Amino acid sequence: MADLHPDNPYAPERFADPGKHVEFPPEARARFDYILTRYPTKEAALLPTLHLAQEVWGWISPETVHYVGSLLDLSPATVFGVVSFYNMYNQKPVGKYHLQVCTNLSCMVNRAYDIYDHLCERLDVAPGETTKDGRYTVVEVECLGSCGTAPVVQVNNEYHENMSVEKMDALLPQLK
Amino acid sequence: MEPIKVLLANIDKPNSTSIETYGDYEHARKALTTMQPSEITQLVKDSELRGRGGAGFPTGMKWSFVPKNAPKPTWLLCNADESEPGTFKDRVLIEKDPHLLIEGMIIAGFAIGSNPMSYIYIRGEFYYGATVLEKALAEAREKGLLGKNIFGSGFDFDITVARGAGAYICGEETGLIESIEGHRGQPRVKPPFPAVVGAFGGPTVVQNVETLACVPLIVKNGAEWFKSFGSPKNTGPKLYCVSGNVKKPGVYEFPMGITIRELIYEHCGGITNDRKLKAVIPGGASAPMLTPDEIDIPLNFDALMKAGSMLGSAGIIVLDESVCIVDAVWRLAKFFAHESCGQCTPCREGTNWLESVLDRLERGEGRMQDADLLLDMSDNIGGKSLCALGDAAIGPVISSVKKFRDEYLHHVTEKSCLPGTTRYRRLDMAVAAH
Repeated sequence: MADLHPDNPYAPERFADPGKHVEFPPEARARFDYILTRYPTKEAALLPTLHLAQEVWGWISPETVHYVGSLLDLSPATVFGVVSFYNMYNQKPVGKYHLQVCTNLSCMVNRAYDIYDHLCERLDVAPGETTKDGRYTVVEVECLGSCGTAPVVQVNNEYHENMSVEKMDALLPQLK
Repeated sequence: MEPIKVLLANIDKPNSTSIETYGDYEHARKALTTMQPSEITQLVKDSELRGRGGAGFPTGMKWSFVPKNAPKPTWLLCNADESEPGTFKDRVLIEKDPHLLIEGMIIAGFAIGSNPMSYIYIRGEFYYGATVLEKALAEAREKGLLGKNIFGSGFDFDITVARGAGAYICGEETGLIESIEGHRGQPRVKPPFPAVVGAFGGPTVVQNVETLACVPLIVKNGAEWFKSFGSPKNTGPKLYCVSGNVKKPGVYEFPMGITIRELIYEHCGGITNDRKLKAVIPGGASAPMLTPDEIDIPLNFDALMKAGSMLGSAGIIVLDESVCIVDAVWRLAKFFAHESCGQCTPCREGTNWLESVLDRLERGEGRMQDADLLLDMSDNIGGKSLCALGDAAIGPVISSVKKFRDEYLHHVTEKSCLPGTTRYRRLDMAVAAH
């Protein structure tokens, strides 16, 4: 493995815990087995399997990349290539509440950047980063397909529409 | 023109997502038990239905391209990767009337000779929509409306919801196919076109949600009825998404061809705070901008094409006089730079250059030649990559430079936005890398 680039976070020796093996808990394993029945090839099950893994562990760690690859007979490089292509797979842990602010044009002209800037300042966090207590991650995202109710903030999987700085301030305390 | 409720007929009913409300797919029953696949394709051809996803390709013709007796299974894929900025119509159908889509897929699948499995590729962010679809599919399976031997016709058909994971390019049909196969969503070289070699090597038809939702209604009411909406070659009821600086944004349904003026001023309540209109993007972020003297154009495929823009996904973004056009175009350029899949050099590099030149204009660091530089770069992006993303990226750039050149030059000479216009972002905030 010495020929891997020294910065490669997915080299096995750089795992957070090299001895740690991740494995789906039984309920997730059952869902994985069902996913396999819905696609004509194992490889086609990659995206749903990664979604499942992220649901279980919250992000796609290097260990997860290797584990998912082993489940689907794919190399870690292939799996990582897919993980890094798609925005929604978190390549590092995110906060309990993933605050995704759409700033595309329709949201922008309805003051989405005010919400985004306000969140970064109030939570004292840089864009894309997580608060020290691990509670919130703030990111700017591309169009969420909800332009008629702009601006939109997606919190984990849930859309909050017709948002404003005031509504965001009212929402935050509910996200414990 | 009065609003209609055809595609949206069910959405206001209580429990609109339940199969008890929707019914037992009687139009699919009619199609599968009394019509031949070729008859259905001919009916859709006769209706002059054109794809609602963006390109406006005739749907029946697309179906007729699928070869009979191909060596590999034929696939029907529903494109629910609604990601074009300004577009939010499919989401309404998915979340409020999922059975209309499913019934449309059964009929389309039968018409093209689909294998017993098909997919709805829904963007990953539409998590709620995916759960609504899953529930609706379970109801349909329970009633035997999906599965083996539907309506005793001998046709086996089932649908799986495949979630995307945040990539605009997967709305491009070959990018979508790559993603369904478990790959990075990078578009393919065409030809071969998907109708001949698509998903898993088999013939593949990819259709937008709204297109498929039209199909049961055409089977029910006939091609002539469908053509009674709109004008020749631009037929049918159409969902329009209006957003931006309007008083009443939302999804509106009209016979295809309402004018932009009527839509904005008579149905959407006009411009926010009664300001003046500055520009309209008529078909999602990719569509070239129109100015206030161009808003009497009907919103249909051919009229907008003739005006140098496009209907696209009918995502109408309204910008009022207070918007800085350079800032608005920068935001769209940033989007395309972020979403370029990276496969073709002109698009990957060019979209990033567009973004950075627009950014320096906003920062007061622009140069006199920048307006022409943007046009020159656009010329080096357009038509020079595998898919249409690069062409989409230059639409707003070229049209805005041509129509608002003075505003661009103002940014160079005065190092600021035009008086009375707003830049919405703070230049001191870090912009996330892409």
